[in-house]
Amino acid sequence: MTPGLNHYLVVSGLLFSLGLLGVLGRRNLLIIYMGLELMLNAGNLALVSFSRFNANLNGQVMVFFTITVAAAEVAVGLALIVALYRKRQTAHVEDLTTLKF
Amino acid sequence: MPPLTDLLFYVFAGLTLVCGFLCVANPFSRNPVTSAMFLVLTIVSMAGLFILLHAFFLAAVQILVYAGAVMVLFLFVIMLLDLREEERRRIRTFTLATGALIVMVIVGLLVRVLSGAAPVRQTGPEVEGHTKILGRILLEQYVLPFEVLSLLLLVAMVGVILLSKKDIK
Repeated sequence: MTPGLNHYLVVSGLLFSLGLLGVLGRRNLLIIYMGLELMLNAGNLALVSFSRFNANLNGQVMVFFTITVAAAEVAVGLALIVALYRKRQTAHVEDLTTLKF
Repeated sequence: MPPLTDLLFYVFAGLTLVCGFLCVANPFSRNPVTSAMFLVLTIVSMAGLFILLHAFFLAAVQILVYAGAVMVLFLFVIMLLDLREEERRRIRTFTLATGALIVMVIVGLLVRVLSGAAPVRQTGPEVEGHTKILGRILLEQYVLPFEVLSLLLLVAMVGVILLSKKDIK
């Protein structure tokens, strides 16, 4: 069966769910970050497939922007994790309970 | 006998999903480096999917930016923090159940929406994501967001330098 838009959207949705599972289920800050990357990538895949099947290149431009913003976000986020590790000696979310009510 | 591109779609889609799963929930290893390596595989197979969608420029950017720059950052930070194998902590059933429930709700929504939708026929002429056309759109139609993006990268760079200083004032 020739893969159509629905096939790509299913892959994208499953990948998004996997990323969400990583964000919600894991306790290591770095792996939570990798889950975030997976979710961003799933969004990119959906945009590119929409762009392909609607014969419109604007979706690909949007993905270009997303990739750039994601790179900036990763740089800032990892710097925050390093700063946090310097202060608290931990990269586990369970050890960061300052805001816990 | 299906054409090769159809077969390649299933290969790349399967690789993406399997490696994505092994990235976030590897049953054999809790080591962050293993997760990072599987994330690289996920991203590379996703670049394969982009090529199948004729988005050649984005596939190249995906490999360069994600598999190159972002993964180097990840590995560098893992090395810097010297994270050992994550010890088995008590798995909190409530958190896990909530997570699984949310994921199941999302998957259920997807299945409902996609099973109700008619299969989309390709409309209009074939769109090729060649660098030349994409660059023209980027610098004519989207020139303002493009410049704002460069400003964003500058802000991110300054922010990272400030954050990585030894003592934040």
